[in-house]
Amino acid sequence: MEAAVAEKRKLAAKDYKSDIKPIWCPGCGDYSVLNALTRALAELALRPEEVAVVSGIGCSSRIPAYTSVYGFHGVHGRALPVATGLKLARPELTVLVTSGDGDGFSIGGNHFLHACRRNVDITYIVMDNQVYGMTKGQASPTTAPDWEGSKLTPEGTGINPFQPLVVGLASGANFIARVSASDPINMAKIIVEAVRHPGFSLVQILSPCVTFRPEQQEWRDIVRTAVVDYTDDAARAARRLMTDDGFNVGKVLYKGSRPPFKPEFEVTDGSIAELEASFVI
Amino acid sequence: MAAPSVSLVIAGSGGAGVVTAGSLLLEAAANAGWYALMTRSAGPQIRGGEAAAMIRFATEPIASHDDSFHLLVAIDWENISRFAAEIPLMANSLLIGDPALGEAPAALLCNSPRQAGLAMSEIASAIEGGRSNMVALGAIAGMIGLPVAAMESVVSRQLRRKGQAAIDASMAAFNAGFAAATGLPAVPRLPGVDAAPNGERWSITGNEATGLGAIRGGVRFVAAYPITPATEVLEWLAPSLAKVGGVLVQAEDELASINQIIGASYGGVPALTATSGPGLSLMIESIGLAVAAEVPVVVVDVMRVGPSTGIATKSEQSDLNIAVYGMHGDAPHVVVAANSVADCLFTTQWAVHLAESMQTPTLVLTDQLLGQSRAILPRPAELAFIGQRQTAVVAEEGQRYQRYALTGSGVSPMAIPGTPGLAYTADGLEHNELGTPSSQASDHQAQMDKRLRKVARFDYGSHWADIVDAEAGGGNIAIITWGSSTGPAREALDRFSAMGGKARLISLRLIAPAQPDKLAAALAGIERALVVEQSHGGQFHRMLRAFYDLPRETLALHQPGPLPIGPGRILDQLNAWRT
Ligand SMILES: Cc1ncc(C[n+]2csc(CCOP(=O)(O)OP(=O)(O)O)c2C)c(N)n1
Ligand code: SF4
Ligand SMILES: [Mg+2]
Repeated sequence: MEAAVAEKRKLAAKDYKSDIKPIWCPGCGDYSVLNALTRALAELALRPEEVAVVSGIGCSSRIPAYTSVYGFHGVHGRALPVATGLKLARPELTVLVTSGDGDGFSIGGNHFLHACRRNVDITYIVMDNQVYGMTKGQASPTTAPDWEGSKLTPEGTGINPFQPLVVGLASGANFIARVSASDPINMAKIIVEAVRHPGFSLVQILSPCVTFRPEQQEWRDIVRTAVVDYTDDAARAARRLMTDDGFNVGKVLYKGSRPPFKPEFEVTDGSIAELEASFVI
Repeated sequence: MAAPSVSLVIAGSGGAGVVTAGSLLLEAAANAGWYALMTRSAGPQIRGGEAAAMIRFATEPIASHDDSFHLLVAIDWENISRFAAEIPLMANSLLIGDPALGEAPAALLCNSPRQAGLAMSEIASAIEGGRSNMVALGAIAGMIGLPVAAMESVVSRQLRRKGQAAIDASMAAFNAGFAAATGLPAVPRLPGVDAAPNGERWSITGNEATGLGAIRGGVRFVAAYPITPATEVLEWLAPSLAKVGGVLVQAEDELASINQIIGASYGGVPALTATSGPGLSLMIESIGLAVAAEVPVVVVDVMRVGPSTGIATKSEQSDLNIAVYGMHGDAPHVVVAANSVADCLFTTQWAVHLAESMQTPTLVLTDQLLGQSRAILPRPAELAFIGQRQTAVVAEEGQRYQRYALTGSGVSPMAIPGTPGLAYTADGLEHNELGTPSSQASDHQAQMDKRLRKVARFDYGSHWADIVDAEAGGGNIAIITWGSSTGPAREALDRFSAMGGKARLISLRLIAPAQPDKLAAALAGIERALVVEQSHGGQFHRMLRAFYDLPRETLALHQPGPLPIGPGRILDQLNAWRT
């Protein structure tokens, strides 16, 4: 037993990285998310085959192939249902989803609501850069209304930004945290906590898009470590999140105790003859 | 069909319980040793609208409804005209209504059927707890030769929980109707038959058969979103899966359904979803993902009238195009179609086998007519499809696992998460053999060839089509059809055969990929072909023209739903060709 644990311990963060070179721009926040994720997996001492990372489409969604664990890179916006099916079918696996603000909150918005509600034991890591990086810089649901950087919306969207954590809380997410890509050590720590917490864990990462939102490089100076520790009281968490400016990072904000959705089933070859008997005259 | 049969309709409006009445009659007929096919039609109301149960009884298995009905019993006349087109009555048909409820509407009288009155409500009200529909059932039983005893056991079982008084009241109403039948004009009576040995016949709907096929094939994860007329597949599967160690999840929409089953199957558990046209439209992008990432999934489409929401409760064979061509890019996949209620079981089970063997999405087309029909039929054969998902278990010494290795068959061993040393990322992006995203022309070409090879080189055996010759032989005439149009075509062939005609029926079960060599062989000696399908645009005929060589003289008989193409219209063309 101890030998097995020691064996497990042997894996370092780098062992969770694949040899594929990321397509990301130099300086992109997603590099440090990949670092934090692999560091967290090492800390969790999970064997690579016990973990699956699922994603949709976007720069941020490229992460699975950059890891050495099982990965699934699907279509835009549908990572959460893939992960849901995988986790329900294979409850013993540790399932994480890596996503972006467009993938997760725009095209995949409906799945986000229902994943929070359903509370399957998965960890949802959203790299929020308030832009569609992959398609070269359009406004996303979290973009400020007056951002004029896209040719599609030259006068800004004029639309109120989406509040992922507020919506996540209201929809039933069981664990909510916000972290900054500028602090990978803390990010890894929070991801570890998120994975360990049962149910649906939502981790918003402020991950700058240096190419289409170069001003986000200032985030490292703007963000501040949240002063209050997490609450398990949803009403208090809601008040905090509603009054928050989005830059309180580095801490878990809410931990719920709702039991995860986990239909009990064991893949067996039960009696099909019994089912057929109901049709016999 | 050569064996004697009788076709009847029970119709009525809200609360008249015609579908329940039809089911009771079906069960009783089963006790009497008969075979049956019951389809139902309903108005647009959610609850309590007008409904009709169309039933055909025979002493031998039944493939299709007849062209018209011998008997229509209307519990009341409300909105019944809406069904007029679906329940053709001829001059020798008998139309029975309750004189207390007025005259039959003109829409039912175009061919001047015989008419008779049966005071159902009056007879029922004379019996404490008596109901009109039981009086109607009694009269029907008396007219068609169904023994009282056959109904007795059904009623006592159905009403056991309501107590003896309820059973007595129902049987009293039934008996009163039975007695009244003697005063009614004649319709065909079926001879009594020796009941088939116990266990040799089943009572099942197409949707239940689809569910059973899924479970028999090994499906243990289902995610789906409710939609008419596919919901009964799910309603049957939910408790049944639980009994065999599977699970059904109600997803938030069809985008979620398809992606959940992709996730489950990626995790190694055979998975399926069932939907209808609108849901299939939503799933298409992700079915393409399953093609590219090579994840086996089965998608059942119980077709209804389209486009858009169309006519949700009625049948049409018009999703062939989207099933075959719906995906963007070149996306080789498999499409199969069930051609009878019983075949829903076979075809779905086969579909699971195909999907798992080829690691590719397989679409199963059934339709409202098959799905919501209940049939009393011979016990379906046990099927054991061998060959399952080829999995990778250990990494080859010193080599990285190649999830998308270029093999001769095109099928590459799939690592299931949890397997040490073989972790890979499944990808919808074009990729190389390792699964690493690649935009190189050579990788695209190689992976496209591989994915096509899987479905092109697979041995589909004889299951690709059902081929039936008339007794006197195939002659030089063929009927080429698919899905629910096969039933009427079978019956047309039987009738033609009984008249000494020669013809061959070819019903394609494997819609995609096309099998030109096999069809060419099946068409050997055929000079004339009649293509039969229920779609406005002739989708099946166009597909045949695209992929196959057809006889020079090929006629297309197609019309949109919800009216089926009856055996008579097919027979007319066969006869026209004979003379
Ligand atoms: C169905 C579909 N629509 C549109 C696209 C194009 N598309 C690719 S990524 C993307 C946005 C990604 O934004 P986000 O999730 O924020 O990821 P980021 O690149 O910013 O990390 C879009 C619109 C697509 N791939 N699929
Ligand atoms: S476009 Fe933006 S999000 Fe995408 S890789 Fe470059 S910096 Fe990162
Ligand atoms: Mg983004």
